[in-house]
Amino acid sequence: MLEVSGISQVFGGVTALDRVSFTIAKGDITGVIGPNGAGKTTLFNIITGIYTQTAGKVLLGGADVSGLPPERLARLGLVRTFQNIELFGGMTVHENVMVGMHTKSSSGLLACGLKMPWNMAEERRIREHSLNWLDFTGIPDLADVTAGNLPFGKGRLLEIARALAVEPQIILMDEPAAGLNSQETLELAKLIQRIRETGITVVLVEHDMELIMDICDRIVVLNLGRKLAEGTPREIQDNHEVVAAYLGEDE
Amino acid sequence: MKKELLKFGAFALLIMLAPLAFKGGYLMTVLVFVGINTMLSIALNLLLGYAGQISLGHAGFFGLGAYLSGVLTATYGWNPWLSMALAAVIVGIVAYLIGFPILKLKGHYLAMATLGLGIIIYIVFNETVDLTGGPSGLSGIPNLSINGITFDSDLKNYYLVWIFALLMVLFSLNLANSRIGRALRAVHDSEVAARVVGVNARLLKVQIFAVSATFCALAGSLYAHTMTFISPASFGFTFSVELLTMVVIGGLGSIYGSFLGAALLTLLPEFLRAAHDYDIIIYGGLLMVMVMYMPGGLVRGIPELYRKLLKSKGKTALKSEGGVEHA
Repeated sequence: MLEVSGISQVFGGVTALDRVSFTIAKGDITGVIGPNGAGKTTLFNIITGIYTQTAGKVLLGGADVSGLPPERLARLGLVRTFQNIELFGGMTVHENVMVGMHTKSSSGLLACGLKMPWNMAEERRIREHSLNWLDFTGIPDLADVTAGNLPFGKGRLLEIARALAVEPQIILMDEPAAGLNSQETLELAKLIQRIRETGITVVLVEHDMELIMDICDRIVVLNLGRKLAEGTPREIQDNHEVVAAYLGEDE
Repeated sequence: MKKELLKFGAFALLIMLAPLAFKGGYLMTVLVFVGINTMLSIALNLLLGYAGQISLGHAGFFGLGAYLSGVLTATYGWNPWLSMALAAVIVGIVAYLIGFPILKLKGHYLAMATLGLGIIIYIVFNETVDLTGGPSGLSGIPNLSINGITFDSDLKNYYLVWIFALLMVLFSLNLANSRIGRALRAVHDSEVAARVVGVNARLLKVQIFAVSATFCALAGSLYAHTMTFISPASFGFTFSVELLTMVVIGGLGSIYGSFLGAALLTLLPEFLRAAHDYDIIIYGGLLMVMVMYMPGGLVRGIPELYRKLLKSKGKTALKSEGGVEHA
């Protein structure tokens, strides 16, 4: 599904990522973990087209997508969410999700301004279909609330709903549990599993080990910009190098 | 949607009936300008209020429309309607081509670049004396005419200008409530998030810049054909700033707000004439007070003020409205 091959990233002499390679299988929930500064977010920004890597390739479904901008990747079925949720704060919850359907609609600027018949039909479809995603994430009652007024946890759900509206093949979530309380984290875990059941591949960067160990099929561990280990949650828990990276070496 | 259409219908009716009250008076001339300024502030609002991109050079596009129409008709004897259409197309294309490099800039840098663009256009009007007549202006621009009706009086010009203005209002309202309008607002709120869900932010910004410039050019052509005389002084930097003031005072991201802003800033100097030498001080002071106490512009400030007044009279049956309206 998604293959990262020999990715390196150098920021002004500092190597943030050093030849990182791994493959993510279709339909899996994969966790990317590592101590602070391991390069997880940098890697995410490269995969999603926000940074361009110094070296290496990103392959999506076998095709080289290195260096493509985020809007092209969205059309190819790759979306992401952000650690510090990025909502369209001045718009309603419903409108936020409607923007998520941008790639699933096609009326141009002139057709919209002149209100062509096909544009009206499309508009109705967007309006109705986008409600499904609010139902899916459990926030249909918030449809008319201004997104900027949402509490953090609900904002997170909205961001996921908006990403799902793109109807992606793969969704990357940057620390989805950050800032959530334990109840919200439990619900998030269930939501992520339901997303996977619809056939969408999920990749998570996360610090919440409990969440990661519970729901991930595979885990990739980064440390100091290199891949330290890769395997099932069980294998990772038993890996001495990983434990050492997190807890520090025994002297 | 139905409510939106009713609102527009009421607005259009009001505009069409307004001459009954002002007919014959000298205010009619001013109301023609209100129409032209409404078009211009809507054009700028699409760019600034929706897409969140500033321009301090919009008077330049207004001037380009006016001069293209003026020169083609007065000097080369073209049909006014044809030259108006051609001016709109040319300015649209020029803005589209300039848009790609210029809209890569953000914030203050974009303000500087558009400011420079406006100044360059202004200098061209002044310096190409053979073509534009230079600082002394271009006269003898013919009026528009259709089916033997020539638009040569204030009343006729009022209807001519306002039919175009109302069409622009309708187009902009439609656009605002469409996938493109939502995408523009999304780019405004969080460009990176908009791109991640598939909005081509760069192309969209250039497109709306071109539409905005085209609207300005149409307003410019109408200005040239109704005034029959144009000079560079009307298209300078100060007018770009005045347009910006109209948009902000009226309400960013509100089409009707643009009308309110344009109406207020066009009419206010006329009413303040009674204050003689102090008019400019009162004008500036009023603008400051309005920005301080109505940060959302007239379109949001007036209903709020009305609610407060009702409340202070002890009437409590008030509807609270949620969210900021984008219409």
